[in-house]
Amino acid sequence: MEVTALLVASTLRIAVPYVFAAVGGFYSERSGVVNIALEGMLLTGGFACVLAAWGAESAGVNGTAAAWLGVVAAAAAGTALGALHALLCVRYGADQIISGLGINLLAAGGTKFLLTLAFGSSANSSRIAGIPTWEIPWLSDWSVTRVLFCTPLVLLAGAVVVVSHLVSRRTPFGLRLHAVGEHPEAAHSLGIRVARLRWKGVMLSGALAALGGAWLALEQHQFTAGMSSGRGFIALAALIFGKWTPRGAALACLLFGFAEAVQIQLQGSRIGVPSQFLQMLPYVVTMIALAGVIGRSRPPAALGRALEP
Amino acid sequence: MSAFALELEDISKRFPGVVANDRVHLQVRAGSVHALVGENGAGKTTLMRIAYGMTRADHGVVRIQGVELGVGGTHRAIDLGLGMVHQHFMLVPTLSVCENVALGSEPRHGPWFDRDAARRNVVETAERFGLQLDPDTRVEDLSVGEQQRVEIVKVLVRGARVLILDEPTAVLTPQEVDELFAILRRLVDEGHTVLMISHRLQEVLAFAELITVMRDGRVVGDVVAAEADAEKLAAWIVGREVPTLQRRSRRAASRVEAEVELRCENLCTSGAREALHDLSFSVRRGEIVGIAGVEGNGQQALANVLLGLETPTSGRLLLRDEEVTTRSTAERRRRGMAYVPADRLREGLIEAMRIDENAILGRQHEPELNRGPWLRSSRITERALQLLRRFEVRPAVPELPAAALSGGNQQRLIVGRELERDPSFLLLAQPTRGVDVGGIQFLHECVVAARDAGRAILLISADLNEILILADRVLVIFEGRVVGEVTADAADPAQLGLWMTGSAEAAG
Amino acid sequence: MSRRGEMAARVANEIGAPIVAVAAALVVGAILVALLGRDPLAVYGRLAQAIFGSSYGFGQVLFKATTLIGTGLAVAVAFRAGLFNIGAEGQMYLGGLAGASFALLLSPELPGVVAAPLVLLASAVAGALWAAIPALLRAWLGVHEVINTIMLNFVAFALAGWILVEHLALFETVHTAEIPVSARLARLEQFLPALRGAPLNLTLFLQLLLCVACYLALWRTRWGYEVRATGNSEAAARSAGIPVRRRIVQAMALSGALAGVAAANFVQGYKYYFEEGFTSAAGFKGIAVALLARNHPAGIVPAALFFGALDRGGFVINALVPKELVDILQALVILFVIALARTAQQRLLRRRMARGVEA
Repeated sequence: MEVTALLVASTLRIAVPYVFAAVGGFYSERSGVVNIALEGMLLTGGFACVLAAWGAESAGVNGTAAAWLGVVAAAAAGTALGALHALLCVRYGADQIISGLGINLLAAGGTKFLLTLAFGSSANSSRIAGIPTWEIPWLSDWSVTRVLFCTPLVLLAGAVVVVSHLVSRRTPFGLRLHAVGEHPEAAHSLGIRVARLRWKGVMLSGALAALGGAWLALEQHQFTAGMSSGRGFIALAALIFGKWTPRGAALACLLFGFAEAVQIQLQGSRIGVPSQFLQMLPYVVTMIALAGVIGRSRPPAALGRALEP
Repeated sequence: MSAFALELEDISKRFPGVVANDRVHLQVRAGSVHALVGENGAGKTTLMRIAYGMTRADHGVVRIQGVELGVGGTHRAIDLGLGMVHQHFMLVPTLSVCENVALGSEPRHGPWFDRDAARRNVVETAERFGLQLDPDTRVEDLSVGEQQRVEIVKVLVRGARVLILDEPTAVLTPQEVDELFAILRRLVDEGHTVLMISHRLQEVLAFAELITVMRDGRVVGDVVAAEADAEKLAAWIVGREVPTLQRRSRRAASRVEAEVELRCENLCTSGAREALHDLSFSVRRGEIVGIAGVEGNGQQALANVLLGLETPTSGRLLLRDEEVTTRSTAERRRRGMAYVPADRLREGLIEAMRIDENAILGRQHEPELNRGPWLRSSRITERALQLLRRFEVRPAVPELPAAALSGGNQQRLIVGRELERDPSFLLLAQPTRGVDVGGIQFLHECVVAARDAGRAILLISADLNEILILADRVLVIFEGRVVGEVTADAADPAQLGLWMTGSAEAAG
Repeated sequence: MSRRGEMAARVANEIGAPIVAVAAALVVGAILVALLGRDPLAVYGRLAQAIFGSSYGFGQVLFKATTLIGTGLAVAVAFRAGLFNIGAEGQMYLGGLAGASFALLLSPELPGVVAAPLVLLASAVAGALWAAIPALLRAWLGVHEVINTIMLNFVAFALAGWILVEHLALFETVHTAEIPVSARLARLEQFLPALRGAPLNLTLFLQLLLCVACYLALWRTRWGYEVRATGNSEAAARSAGIPVRRRIVQAMALSGALAGVAAANFVQGYKYYFEEGFTSAAGFKGIAVALLARNHPAGIVPAALFFGALDRGGFVINALVPKELVDILQALVILFVIALARTAQQRLLRRRMARGVEA
């Protein structure tokens, strides 16, 4: 029982950055812009969060408030990176894949560069306080409810999923986002400003993915170089496996998080499946889903296509 | 309120190399059904795009319900009460009917999309005009006819009083056509105005009140439908007073009994829109067979099947009495098939590659050009230069990318390449589209010379004039079937026009 | 425009855009350095000195460039067939693993002229097979290769990790045993004492040879002609009777083989073992190299040298500014290249339309 509870709690914690990044990816890819820059956005978010929190702490702000400031800074940095991606892909019609790769490289180099400048180390930053879990009678006593209901960023991630689900299905914005990624000419013929909507989608995508990075940094109370370590790509896989919907993506994130939690739990125990096979799981199931073997995952029709000038 | 729902005054529009509209006048009376007819390329679609504000005219005035359109674009046209149902639907396939209809001007309830209101809009509008539509079905699950209804509802919900329909019946089944006309009739009864572009004269005559005929970018006249008949109208549409191109000599009588080079037996293909149904014909050596028909009636499917890009669901294809139905394209080409595709930029050549590389496309296997795995580049360049000279392609620079050639020169390159391979069967699809008059003359000479050298030639063209000039025998294709056949000497444009527009059942 | 003028304009366009991109990246980098209150000229001077100042330094640059030529070539070949191979990283990783494990299986008595090529072949085959997966999915099921190659990178890391940990790694290390001497490729310092200390080895010549070979294969053979036709226009290739699917799979397999062979620089020429993470993102940098080279073998060498020089340069500028400046420069080059590509295209299009009207 206790083992199961720990597994569930661990799954949730692992899934948080995936959820932020995957739902972020939803906004970009639904609007028709491929976003493999999620990885760089996570990384940048983590760094911006630590830098701002550390700066605020140094200026005498209390730890929790500083951490929240860090969260805001992460979102801002992610938005900026999203704007760069949009500038290249929407404004200049550049290749979306290469732009994403370039941004990932820029984020990897840039965060290390600034890390060295700010903290004098190319490996990790100084420690920050982070956001404590709330102490709520009997909710915070059990590991699962403690993660689920007492951890502010977990609640935020949950809210992001619910709101994004509603936005995608129930608002004019969601409808238009869908139309723009699916058939931009039709959207244009009805007076929808396609480019502007794509800008919004990509910037939102950056902000959300960066929140995932902030979570990573706050969990570890510091930034370490390359700390996103491929999570952006897992999030991308989750988005695809979840058929480009917020709900599906979030469920896929939980599945992938679970696989990882199991893998950690099994570590050293030398029983069952080698951990590397669990590591492969997200990627393999995504490939299978794309190939149409189990309920085909179909990308937005205009995904990756630049607008006609 | 003006008596005219739509007025186009003195509209001119040029595109590089073509005059699409030349001082066009058109007045559409409010509450009427007006039809605009003409051949492919007569300038109808351009004119309608100008009316809708999608294309800016070089000259002239557009008035919608008495108000000048100006330069406000599509938005302004919609605001003035104009709606357009495009030939290629502007629908998002993965969204539902009501979402598609609402898109861009969504009813809201606070921050939310008011789906109930959107649904209501669809149902109310649909019921009012006798359309049947389920607002919650995904558009991709609808039939073509239903999708068209969504488009119609879309413009009506936006308050359109004047509807332009571009080839609305081209993709519909006969039953769907009847339903569409019933709907349009209701619209007119409610005071709307309908302007439709069509190729199908029978439908136009039955449904429209006034018919405007366009040819070569000009309006050649209006007729009252009640006083017109299909034959005269067809002749009017296709007939040129002074043929600018000479009618070519016919094949020698001695060749009439020449061997059959290509034979199609009962070809059928699947596919919703442009399928072939039980198509049979043959082409003899030294003969040009023309396939006449309005575009979209199975011509592309026929070309694909002949070339081996698409496998027929049933039927056989024989090349010199040997069955090639399931052979690869390469194999067919080896056996002497050559192909000039309708879409030259997509299928005919590769713009990013050099002219000499394009000059051997599909011929790269020829022993003369190869030494083991290597291509002999000097031979290729040499070959290309010969080709460029013989077919007067300019600039005759083999090293340039094919993109450096104008459309007419690209076409000369393709036709030259395919003729030089010494084919026994040549398939020509729209061989002179977008080519200037001098070029057409030249290409026609080449085709006739190939025929006289004993090649079997199948000419698919939407330009009836071209078929009458070149072909020895004419087949008319309509909805994937051959509906008529005549020898060219006996061909009567009016009769062909009737066949092409589905107005007369086949006698052949 | 005259025939020669037209050609010159095209060549200028091909070479000019990458140069402008590099210059723009260097300018932005200089501004960044200046904002930090450091002297950009000093930084770039140090960079240049590290690259050209000594034969040892230049040897290091050539060593780094050798791997990048391999991966850059891999990406470029796939691109010519209309495929975006983001999987060079994983293909190279598995290539290295296959090469090392195969070498360890070989009898040490085997002469070097036999052993070393066999090991290269093993690397090539592993890379080719790994690349064939997304190619087959693309050719037969129409699944875009981009996502699958990304996914397969991670699968390759995990798979190789498992094989390494379970079967090959030496106790308490993340690398295999050293491969036999006969499977190694000779260091150039043996012949050129000036290079002493630089791990530059025979792989350099192998990669240069492969550049020439790829050029010949793509531009001089019928197979290459058909591959390029497929890459430029599948529809036109199909109606010309080219077996499009087969060419897609073959070209991607070649690309994977090249990526696999790129591992030799490290495995057979430098450390003599397979080590976790030995690729250090060379597969991804290969994309940047191919991009800067306009996917032409002739451009691969200078582009690889440029990125190799930046890789090398990081170590020496670290005293002045954090060495990651070079990563930023690399990223900026990529972003500038793609931002400029579209504008260049539009210019070309306009010129063409103007010509169309004349004709």
